[in-house]
Amino acid sequence: MNQVAVFATIFFNLILVNNYVLVQFLGICPFLGVSKKLDSSTGMGLAVIFVMVLATAVTFPLQIFLLDAYDLGYMQTVIFILVIAVLVQLIEITLKKYVPALYTALGVYLPLITTNCCVLGVTILAVQDYSAVVAQQGFGLAYAEALVCAAGAGVGFMVAMLLFCGVRQRVEASNPPESFKGLPITLVSAAITSMSFMGFGGLVENIIGALL
Amino acid sequence: MAEKQSKWKIFTAGIIRENPVLRLVLGCCSALAITTTVSGALGMGLSMTFVLVCSNIVISALRKAIPDKVHLPCYIVIIAAFVTIVQMVLQAYVPDLYQSLGVFLALIVVNCIILGRAEMFACKHTVVESALDGLGMGLGYILTMLCMSSVREILGNGSWMGIPIIPESVDRLGIMNQAPGGFFVFGCLMALCIFIEKKTNHPIERKTCGDVMLEELDAARADGREGGDQA
Repeated sequence: MNQVAVFATIFFNLILVNNYVLVQFLGICPFLGVSKKLDSSTGMGLAVIFVMVLATAVTFPLQIFLLDAYDLGYMQTVIFILVIAVLVQLIEITLKKYVPALYTALGVYLPLITTNCCVLGVTILAVQDYSAVVAQQGFGLAYAEALVCAAGAGVGFMVAMLLFCGVRQRVEASNPPESFKGLPITLVSAAITSMSFMGFGGLVENIIGALL
Repeated sequence: MAEKQSKWKIFTAGIIRENPVLRLVLGCCSALAITTTVSGALGMGLSMTFVLVCSNIVISALRKAIPDKVHLPCYIVIIAAFVTIVQMVLQAYVPDLYQSLGVFLALIVVNCIILGRAEMFACKHTVVESALDGLGMGLGYILTMLCMSSVREILGNGSWMGIPIIPESVDRLGIMNQAPGGFFVFGCLMALCIFIEKKTNHPIERKTCGDVMLEELDAARADGREGGDQA
């Protein structure tokens, strides 16, 4: 298959079909909390995309050239979480010094992202899914696919947050049964939002297959 | 006697009064993802309890040695070490379970139950108290996971622990096995919990870690941009 089609399939699959939040249950905490406000959701979403792509960019070669090469696969969890923690600090310092405009927009979100499970999740899943590609198609392509996967996961996170933010405004104006007020009704509406994403199953391959 | 009672209280707190998932709303990700089968939920619960007890013990033992400024990275390294132990043991002895837990096993590292307990409890209490707290919280987590996964497996698969209990002729509610079922069962279970709280007059205000995040964000904004600095 055409390489562009492969990239597009990976990207849109992660946004619509295998959405990290609504289908794979990664990053539920910010999803339930931060989606109360539209501006916070946008900022958090952008910060997550940024950190996810950078974290994958660092951890993927680390896995291939260090952990796999020296048979240290069991150190993955420890190394990845430390790398992410350090990376987030570095991003914060660098942005503050060199790109203050971006820092004012995303700075407040960065400390919250270190322990966000979707960032560690995407780095581990990217390694799981694309390290086999290294042997077949070489490191360059595998690396590009992993990065596209991270970007797709990030955009999917943001899309889910923004959509759910809208759902939530309506839910808050409604009057559910006494016991369902607050978190339970939020979870039930998340269930319905998630159900609507199930409708996208198989869509991406077919559309991209038809276009390219 | 009073001493003994307070220890007992610490142990039982996590099971119902401060149930980590339903009352403190911590660790929702794994509770939603790994509850499609009862056996998977049990495996996840036991792994979580092991990591929780061990990390609580080590963190409370080192609470005076860890400098305040770098406490978060220190906690994460301690927790990650125990998670790695669990991963290796499961991979060696129960590979099926290891496969079914997938990425969520590694994600115990960033699970808010463990970090939350380290931050809220273990760094202020003695080793024994922290171990009991970890054990209680772990049991509470297992209990909630069992409730959720029982509902989902019985309705979605017609079985419990792999034992078929609903006859083949009855249609399965396939949606319970998929993502929406997780959110739905969790929401209903929490509503039931709130209903019981109201009946017994113990209402509490639920605060997810996301709400805490939002508060932190607002506080950081109010402080100007300096507030975001958290080392």
